[in-house]
Amino acid sequence: MLIGLDMGDTHTDAVLIEGGKVIRHRKSLTDREDPLETIRKALEELLSSCPAEEIQRINLSTTLCTNAVATGQVSPVGLLLEPGPGLNPGLFACGQKNFFLQGYVDHRGKSVFPPNRGEIEEADRELQRAGIKHLAIVGKFSPRNPEHELFIRQCLSPHYEFITLGHRVSGKLNFPRRIYTAYLNSAVYSTYSVFAQAMERFIEEKGWKGPVYVLKADGGTLSLSPSRSLPVETILSGPSASIMGALALTPVVDDALILDIGGTTTDVAFLAEGIPLLEPQGITLGGYPTLVRALLSYPLPIGGDSQIKIEGNRLLIGPLRLGPCRALGGPCPTPTDALIYLNRLELGDKAEAKKAIQELAHHLGLSPEKTATTILREMASFIAEKAWRLLEKINSRPVYTIKELLLPRILKPKKVIAIGGPAFYLQRELEEALGLPVEVPSLAPVANAIGAALSQPTAELTLLADTALGVLTVPEEGLKEKIPSSFTLEQAKERALSLLRQRLSRLAPQSQGAELEVVEAQSFNMVEGFYTIGRNIRVKVQVKPKITPLRGESNGKAI
Amino acid sequence: MERLYKAKNRLGLVFFPAFDWAISPTHPEREERLLYTQDQILEEGLKDIEGIEEYRAYLAPDNEVERVHICVPDVRSRVTEAHLVAAGGAIVAGRKVLEGEVDKAFALVRPPGHHAFRIVHGARGFCTINNEAIMIEHLRRHYKIKKVAIVDTDCHHGDGTQDIYWHDKDTLYISIHQDGRTLYPGTGFLEEFGGPNAYGYNLNLPLPPETGEEGFLYALENFVLPVLEDFKPDLIVNSAGQDNHYSDPITNMRFSAQGYARLNDRLNPHIAVLEGGYSIEGALPYVNVGIILALAGLDYSFVREPDYSPEKVSQSPRITDYIARLCEETLQAWQKREELRARHFQGKDRVTRRRRIYYDTEGLMEYQQETTLICEECAGLSWIDSHTDRGSHILAIFIPRDACARCQKEGHALFEQTETTFYRDGIYLQDRVEDVLLKK
Repeated sequence: MLIGLDMGDTHTDAVLIEGGKVIRHRKSLTDREDPLETIRKALEELLSSCPAEEIQRINLSTTLCTNAVATGQVSPVGLLLEPGPGLNPGLFACGQKNFFLQGYVDHRGKSVFPPNRGEIEEADRELQRAGIKHLAIVGKFSPRNPEHELFIRQCLSPHYEFITLGHRVSGKLNFPRRIYTAYLNSAVYSTYSVFAQAMERFIEEKGWKGPVYVLKADGGTLSLSPSRSLPVETILSGPSASIMGALALTPVVDDALILDIGGTTTDVAFLAEGIPLLEPQGITLGGYPTLVRALLSYPLPIGGDSQIKIEGNRLLIGPLRLGPCRALGGPCPTPTDALIYLNRLELGDKAEAKKAIQELAHHLGLSPEKTATTILREMASFIAEKAWRLLEKINSRPVYTIKELLLPRILKPKKVIAIGGPAFYLQRELEEALGLPVEVPSLAPVANAIGAALSQPTAELTLLADTALGVLTVPEEGLKEKIPSSFTLEQAKERALSLLRQRLSRLAPQSQGAELEVVEAQSFNMVEGFYTIGRNIRVKVQVKPKITPLRGESNGKAI
Repeated sequence: MERLYKAKNRLGLVFFPAFDWAISPTHPEREERLLYTQDQILEEGLKDIEGIEEYRAYLAPDNEVERVHICVPDVRSRVTEAHLVAAGGAIVAGRKVLEGEVDKAFALVRPPGHHAFRIVHGARGFCTINNEAIMIEHLRRHYKIKKVAIVDTDCHHGDGTQDIYWHDKDTLYISIHQDGRTLYPGTGFLEEFGGPNAYGYNLNLPLPPETGEEGFLYALENFVLPVLEDFKPDLIVNSAGQDNHYSDPITNMRFSAQGYARLNDRLNPHIAVLEGGYSIEGALPYVNVGIILALAGLDYSFVREPDYSPEKVSQSPRITDYIARLCEETLQAWQKREELRARHFQGKDRVTRRRRIYYDTEGLMEYQQETTLICEECAGLSWIDSHTDRGSHILAIFIPRDACARCQKEGHALFEQTETTFYRDGIYLQDRVEDVLLKK
């Protein structure tokens, strides 16, 4: 039995899957004050009368870290930065205490200027005096050579609760994002750690045997205990859980568009030959752009509960949600009222929905019937227009080789998968507006929890080899090793894959079956004067993204 | 709480490093050239800055090339896709500015183009087609711009750009470069002052080897900026070569990343297009970051090469004096250009010049005899009899963009009447009024 739980801002959804079918699903309200209790209750109810030993796996997607950042419930963080030359580093000083240290590593990973021990020890004393327990150490180009970050940590006293090292958060280059990612990781460490410990205790008390995984924003999972040192990876996993759910419910091999239509927003995502697209750099949380790998998901400010108003004689839907629909006692008409008026949906006080639509119809000088259908059409065409504009942007992304420019990979969706509460009722209008078949899987309202249940561990790794310097670096693993000048691209790929296999077995011990793949492999001749002095090799490997599709339609029941 | 940094000027970037193209494996113009620049741009997070937008380059179609060049025998025989993308990248950059999508743009493209002449028999100085000229003529065709100033800050004299705009007084070409007596291509002196109908609109400032930061900025303040103030261009383009850098392996100058940033800050060009620059590790990453920040109107004071020291960019007092005199003399010539034109060309109806053009990449020599009608109405009809030591022989006729009826008519008559038997590789007519290239 596989368990999936997705805790959102409003609802917490949980599903139990057995033999590829959803056996049970449960929706409850999220208690934002006590997320742990919300999860406990949801799991207890879902798993009541289930034999503990049959639980194979529990996957959790939580908004814990996301909300901690949003509400400012984070620990003060001391930032130790080695900025070197470039942008004014003062711009990124997001810590409670910030130190700009001497030393520089260049783009090839050469230590151009060493860090200064005395300066670090001075910072250490000041951090001690301020009582700061959480640090982030980030150097420019540290993924190319982690030694300076390691040296800085080594110079510090041992009194800190947690330290994030920049090179460990990602192999990607982007100093400002690395700073923000490391900062967030240290800032949410305590909150997350308390939660993870309590979760572990709870599972143990219950005697449930399956391992516990947490969801990441890239649609993959990470085992609970290693996630404690990388809590930032668990931010904003909700939209990705929904995308993975849509994929599990409607397996696709073509390019496709995924719409997750909620109450306030509609999330747009794309599949390239069935594989979800990733954010090019990383996700943005609370205004902090990060290097956290994430599925590309673009929120549009329109949903089933969007406020409808009239300006001039034009209907405006969104961008705000002032409350539920009028039929449920909300303050203003919403698209949901239109659905109720048209008898597509039975919900709340139908008379109130009718009144809401009639008021709008009066202002517009249209029949109520026409008004209701116009609302739905406008909503669908707004979504379609924004989705195609987004697609155009994706298809015109810069490329850096002549081959890619001559043979561009153009994304061309052949169908649409729509999930979320209102999806089913809007199918007709969406098909019309998008000009594509729209599929709404039957379990669309709990797709997020299904996605959570079926997601698999993911991990990636970056390898850089400089045969002129005779050095190989793998930042995510903090690894630096010697290589011979004869080291080749093939050897680099092999080494990267074997290191990723090791990393994966540490981060997700039950993942032996995972397939690995090389996603980037480049080798540049390095020339000095007119002689080739070596090769600059760059390899990126990852766990092949995958989701187990559900087998057939479900016979599951809501509880 | 917005953590993103915001640019004062909206800046468009077209970055095309052509990671799969080289002239040859160990040639300075190879795959690796912009690799470390890309690393630096990524690591600095420049693309996250609000207002900095990156655009995809495209392949310039042949007719864009033919508007500027006569490729012998045709475009496709002389250029590779890489050249067309570099030119296309420059066009994208220029369009974004003139469409008003951005305030400024920087095309970081390779291979470069400023050594490419009107007639193209092959590659010279790593260049085959002229990216800036192709861009400028595209912009002139599609937008309302007339007067353009090109400020070429590459260390090598942009002899190709000079050739293309030799007769065009709507395009002011200013080149600051290392003295041609000490560096390829060996040209770029004050006497090269423009053709008879655009005399004075081609300005060369050959700086002595070992010119330091002070010298470049002096030339900018005391020569380039005053001339631009006079000329009042609609558009300023910086041919942003980066080989004046103190670490460049094939030149002898002492400029720095800070200097390039300051130069772009003061020059304030609408569009910058990368030209040469072969210190791909020690200079380009820092110079390009400096230029991007300066164009975006952001703080570049922290941009510095890791090995920078004031001694590396200093210059001797002798050089300081020499540059001051050079600037003074060139500025005076600019101010007296009308008088000088009268003195040189009064009473003549045409001017003929002979020259040899060496294509170093392929070891080919071209011999040109160019005749230009002196015209008070337009840039004047020109024709070039061009043959090479490989036996190729053509006649190229150029009817300028703003041609008067007489020059237009005479151009066509020459094209009609000349016998092809003498020119084994054809007779070409570039008619800029009709925007076509004819060949017979």
